[in-house]
Amino acid sequence: MPSNTASSSSAAAAGSADSSSSRTKSKRPKYSKFTQQELPACKPILTPGWVILTFLVISVIFIPLGVVSLFASQDVVEIVDRYDNVCIPPPDRANKVAFIQGGADKSCTRTLVVPKRMKQPIYVYYQLENFYQNHRRYVKSRSDSQLRSVKDENQIDACKPEDDVNGRPIVPCGLIAWSLFNDTYALSKNNQTLNVNKRGIAWKSDREHKFGKNVFPKNFQTGNLTGGGRLDANKSLSEQEDLIVWMRTAALPTFRKLYGKIESDLEKGDTITVILKNNYNTYSFDGKKKLVLSTTSWLGGKNDFLGIAYLTVGGICFFLALVFTIMYLVKPRRLGDPTYLSWNRVPGGGR
Amino acid sequence: MAGNGTKRPRKRRRRIQLSKLYTLTCTHQACFKQDHSQIGGPGYSRVVFCNEPDSPDADSSNYSDNYVRTTKYTLTTFLPKSLFEQFRRVANFYFLVTGILSFTPLAPYTASSAIVPLLFVIGATMVKEAVEDWRRKKQDIEVNNRRVKVHRGDGNFDSKEWKTLSVGDIVRVEKNEFFPADLVLLSSSYEDAICYVETMNLDGETNLKVKQGLEVTSSLREDINFKGFEAFVKCEDPNANLYSFVGTMELKGAKYPLSPQQLLLRDSKLRNTEFIFGAVIFTGHDTKVIQNSTDPPSKRSMIEKKMDKIIYLMFFMVVLMSFIGSVIFGVTTRDDFKDGVMRRWYLKPDSSSVFFDPKRAHVAAIYHFLTAAMLYSYFIPISLYVSIEIVKVLQSIFINQDIHMYYEEADKPARARTSNLNEELGQVDTILSDKTGTLTCNSMEFIKCSVAGTAYGRGITEVEMAMGRRKGSPLVLQSNEDDVEYSKEPFAEEPTVKGFNFRDERIMNGNWVTEPHADVIQKFFRLLAVCHTVIPEVDEDTEKISYEAESPDEAAFVIAARELGFEFYNRTQTTISVRELDLVTGKRVERLYKVLNVLEFNSTRKRMSVIVEEEDGKLLLLCKGADNVMFERLSKNGREFEEETKDHVNEYADAGLRTLILAYRELDEKEYKVFNERISEAKSSVSADRESRIEEVTEKVEKDLILLGATAVEDKLQNGVPDCIDKLAQAGIKIWVLTGDKMETAINIGFACSLLRQDMKQIIINLETPEIHSLEKTGEKDAIAKASKESVLLQIINGKAQLKYSGGNSNAFALIIDGKSLAYALDDDVKHIFLELAVGCASVICCRSSPKQKALVTRLVKSGNGKTTLAIGDGANDVGMLQEADIGVGISGVEGMQAVMSSDIAIAQFRYLERLLLVHGHWCYRRISTMVCYFFYKNITFGFTLFLYEAYTTFSATPAYNDWFLSLYNVFFSSLPVIALGVFDQDVSARYCLKFPLLYQEGVQNVLFSWRRILGWMFNGFYSALIIFFLCKISLEPQAFNHQGKTPGREILGGTMYTCIVWVVNLQMALAISYFTLIQHIVIWGSIIVWYLFITVYGELPAIISTGAYRVFVEALAPSLSYWVITLFVVASTLMPYFIYSAVQMRFFPMYHGMIQWLRYEGQCNDPEYCDMVRQRSIRPTTVGFTARLEAKKRSVRRSESA
Repeated sequence: MPSNTASSSSAAAAGSADSSSSRTKSKRPKYSKFTQQELPACKPILTPGWVILTFLVISVIFIPLGVVSLFASQDVVEIVDRYDNVCIPPPDRANKVAFIQGGADKSCTRTLVVPKRMKQPIYVYYQLENFYQNHRRYVKSRSDSQLRSVKDENQIDACKPEDDVNGRPIVPCGLIAWSLFNDTYALSKNNQTLNVNKRGIAWKSDREHKFGKNVFPKNFQTGNLTGGGRLDANKSLSEQEDLIVWMRTAALPTFRKLYGKIESDLEKGDTITVILKNNYNTYSFDGKKKLVLSTTSWLGGKNDFLGIAYLTVGGICFFLALVFTIMYLVKPRRLGDPTYLSWNRVPGGGR
Repeated sequence: MAGNGTKRPRKRRRRIQLSKLYTLTCTHQACFKQDHSQIGGPGYSRVVFCNEPDSPDADSSNYSDNYVRTTKYTLTTFLPKSLFEQFRRVANFYFLVTGILSFTPLAPYTASSAIVPLLFVIGATMVKEAVEDWRRKKQDIEVNNRRVKVHRGDGNFDSKEWKTLSVGDIVRVEKNEFFPADLVLLSSSYEDAICYVETMNLDGETNLKVKQGLEVTSSLREDINFKGFEAFVKCEDPNANLYSFVGTMELKGAKYPLSPQQLLLRDSKLRNTEFIFGAVIFTGHDTKVIQNSTDPPSKRSMIEKKMDKIIYLMFFMVVLMSFIGSVIFGVTTRDDFKDGVMRRWYLKPDSSSVFFDPKRAHVAAIYHFLTAAMLYSYFIPISLYVSIEIVKVLQSIFINQDIHMYYEEADKPARARTSNLNEELGQVDTILSDKTGTLTCNSMEFIKCSVAGTAYGRGITEVEMAMGRRKGSPLVLQSNEDDVEYSKEPFAEEPTVKGFNFRDERIMNGNWVTEPHADVIQKFFRLLAVCHTVIPEVDEDTEKISYEAESPDEAAFVIAARELGFEFYNRTQTTISVRELDLVTGKRVERLYKVLNVLEFNSTRKRMSVIVEEEDGKLLLLCKGADNVMFERLSKNGREFEEETKDHVNEYADAGLRTLILAYRELDEKEYKVFNERISEAKSSVSADRESRIEEVTEKVEKDLILLGATAVEDKLQNGVPDCIDKLAQAGIKIWVLTGDKMETAINIGFACSLLRQDMKQIIINLETPEIHSLEKTGEKDAIAKASKESVLLQIINGKAQLKYSGGNSNAFALIIDGKSLAYALDDDVKHIFLELAVGCASVICCRSSPKQKALVTRLVKSGNGKTTLAIGDGANDVGMLQEADIGVGISGVEGMQAVMSSDIAIAQFRYLERLLLVHGHWCYRRISTMVCYFFYKNITFGFTLFLYEAYTTFSATPAYNDWFLSLYNVFFSSLPVIALGVFDQDVSARYCLKFPLLYQEGVQNVLFSWRRILGWMFNGFYSALIIFFLCKISLEPQAFNHQGKTPGREILGGTMYTCIVWVVNLQMALAISYFTLIQHIVIWGSIIVWYLFITVYGELPAIISTGAYRVFVEALAPSLSYWVITLFVVASTLMPYFIYSAVQMRFFPMYHGMIQWLRYEGQCNDPEYCDMVRQRSIRPTTVGFTARLEAKKRSVRRSESA
């Protein structure tokens, strides 16, 4: 039946024509490497080569860095003198709090010997311990807007309970300012006064943007209880760098703050006499007070930890590189080792 | 395909008034039954005034308009409703509470920094909701603005939008249009007001249904007839029952009953009918289809459920940490002011607010608890949900876009309908598959026949090939690779005609005339050409005839008849025209058969007959039916070929073919007259026993038949099914087949798919025992039930004993159970034993199972096993199963949309399951699980540093970082890489996923999201936080931080630690992923760069906004070398342990994906021996599929060699 075959073949033709005409709006997904998830990709795996190389690279970077850091730290000369206990006259040591809160003369003289040549600038720090400048109540107890401009001096909501005196706002308000550190140090080298420069000890951004040039202390420390230091009412806040440094709260309960800079070198063996006024009460909370003189390196102050840690990690990496090399040589992985496949561990899981 | 309808060339078709011919079905006039007495009562109160739009009565009844809304929200409800949805999630609610609390003095940070990320996250989710809803809205708008012709008055019809329709309107619907609302059919282009309706969108059935209007309205076939037409319909209230409708129509004072026969449902389509007129009864949300639409059960993946547990664990940790903090805080606060002595005087404990008041330290501690809980909220990733949702949507897009799952022929890509089950696809343990339309194509091909005791047809079915292999014919001894190819291309030459795969030169091309029983062959094919209810459609241009049939079998028969020279080309009201070869003259002649009666097929009769009058006036009854009903109806002299035919039929059935027996008888006029009288009497009767009377009459005439032969139609396996099943079996997935077919067919399909093989022990559970049979004859239901149950239980226990006996033997078992036994096996007290048995078997086949049973079996596997189940099916009968299973996959095949609508993922072919599970499933599982683990890791790393810092502030809840650093951590600096991980990461490429199917077991065994792994990641987070915090602390304390002698304050420690965290979590990501595209590079390095940018830009903002972070980077951090040195050191040391761990694991204890990565890296993938080693040595024995079969063969060969 030729007619039949003809009709069926024409049917096929018609069918294909039909499908081609509908292809224009076909739902066929568009092919692209993105939609088919076949984007060119790098598929790194932790091959022995890579692992060993990584360890080696780390050790090669870390060991020199560790050495350099350690040297930097070693270069720093640091004199630390804890004076909180010794600066209390022996009879008063039974009740230090009473002494510090009393009106007796708090002067105290300390003698420090320079162990090594110290190149200027030499930074003078006071270090407090067990002082929680990071306590939430303390941290929040300040008014940034008040510090910045005169017209906001009434914004003292956050400062309670050190917000006002008889309705007049305290500038600067809040616990931080109120508890300003007020020990003072007068340094002299070989009976020659050492000039301690107290300018430039605060961050520039603080001086210029956070503490107003025309904001002057008002009603400060005039309440019924005096906290810490007083401020010069005639100097604008931006010039009171002690306050600015103090107001930048420390992260941890042990902290140092810059007191000033000595801009002359100290030679090895120099004797430095410090006449200090031990005003600040750390005795209530068993805090320590230390005076620190330190030079700096490119890495900052003296801290051997970083250098040692770098060396340690670098050393471990080097060791691991060796261990891995040996492991790979001694116990090459059997290909297709099924022992550790989880489902083979399930007893009878497969059956 | 609806759009194509208009493009088709016009087809010619005569008007046929078929309704008078059909004997059994539907088209009888509805009569006032009991139901109708309820009209007017409760539930039956609807009143419709047809064609009276202006009538005051019509106005008074306030029915909803025809606007259909499928959106979840409207403009007004969007905000409250979607917000409610959002805050139902416990984590979001927690963040809402902390957000609200952040406005109180309790807050450790500013309110805005807590609220903004929450708003961002909630906003993103709401935008997503809104976009999804907008898509639905657009669809709604499209549907609601479709146009239909509506009677405007005076016989004029106007085109109006669907949404403007109101109850009582008269509409005119054209061919291939959808019905805009539920209509009462008044008249059609056919004289007797019948029309054909396609209800695919409703019930998934593709066959056309006949509807018929009332006789009284059938004459209204012109537009103008409706001028002044008035009718009054009283009917039931809107309900969801698609198959019932009760109402009356009052026309000119007379009442006529209305039945479902007159009801045209919205969303069904007018087919094969030029036009209809109908009156709108139900509109909009009152329509049956909308009433029927229920929200599908919302499914959640196992990972998501486990994620909830992790979140609770995190809550617990937050509470624990807060509690520890509060206790210590309370104690130190109390000690600050004792007996009038202040310890930390700088805090002024004597005049403190309640939050820090030493005199009320316990109260302060309780308040502190809240504050701490807010601070540690960073343990719970705020962006987790929204990130996962974004990732899943993108993953679904990838699934939808996969070109390898696009089915060219049907123009159907895969479609993930719900995106929240993607990762579940990687954990499927058991697949429950439907057979027809899923494993098989549901396209019937005429392949063999047995005429006059001779078997014709040389085509080899796929099943026969499988059988051949099974019987060990030489055809089988092929290598594995060939085998794959072989099954992929089952037919060397595709049949040129759809539905016809018959090859036999003895009877093709007119050669049949020379065969010994040419007259029988002639009768045989004539019967095929005449005995059916198919409607031919002639293409006007090509003169090509296509057939419109109710079932694919029927079409296959008519096509077979045509191909063999009996071309059925026209059907009128009462005649069938066939072009056939005249045996005597040898010419093609056109013969006209007068159709007197059609006795249709139904499932109880299992046969259909037509009574025709030949041109010479001879009356013939032509009958075709199932073997068991047909053989007993043969006359004594009609059994000439019975034995041979029976043999052939058994053979065919064995090969998995569907068989029908053809027979005929001649009627004499007297007999027909009697029959005709009786049948018309029976048809016109209105009593309840009408059906049984008709049955009785037909019974009497369908007897004493003369056997002609048998046909065999192949239910074709879908492309690539055996291959796919093999891959899935290799992946360790169990496959159960649940089918409604009979046992023999099911077993055959099982063999064809390699689910069964020769050396498998079959445990068959059925109730075909003589005892049960004899009991059944007595009809005592209780006794039958009891005996049946005992028998089933016994068989199950025996089966288990066999299983136990074989113990570690690799002999696989197959369980085959039929529906009747299944009913008892699913009883509460038996089902667990049954499940144990079934789980022990390599393959399970349930035949003759009802949709309900399918769902019950699914539930049993799901709940009894605790494993993930996937159900795959294509028909309306699979809906229960699809909804019950953890994942329902619908085959968007020919059986309509019902399964697809209730599925979670729709694919076009069974074989795409392989890619869907092994590739997408595996990837998605891996991505989501890694992503969730990583999320918690990064938040623990971050949150725990906060806690550690707290310890150095006497737990006063001072945040270690600036407020905005805190709140943007989850949003800016760590979110994109993890999203990129969730969307793009691949452990191995798609090719290797398919090459090493066992990789899939990582998901089934859930190794990537086991508690061990989750806790491992958490541990990683904790120690990372410890290392970061302590290294930073010791490095920075207490000495100068730069060469200018400045010492670090809070903001510097915070900034350094934060930098380290950003580096660590991003580099950890880089270490954890194994797939770096440009996108990964951009997001990972980008996040780090964004952090530096942010801290710079944020630092430049006025100090009032940036507070502590003002210029911290530009002024303090960046110029200081120690910042960079510390960052390098801390980051490297923090990542070191993980790096060592993964290096060791990768080399010495690789997971499966690691092994494949090795293979790829070492380039041994193309070395078959290596691959085989990896495949075999780590594989658990595959129990089904042809790989397993080859293995079994090898074993037996080895055994015979050693013997």
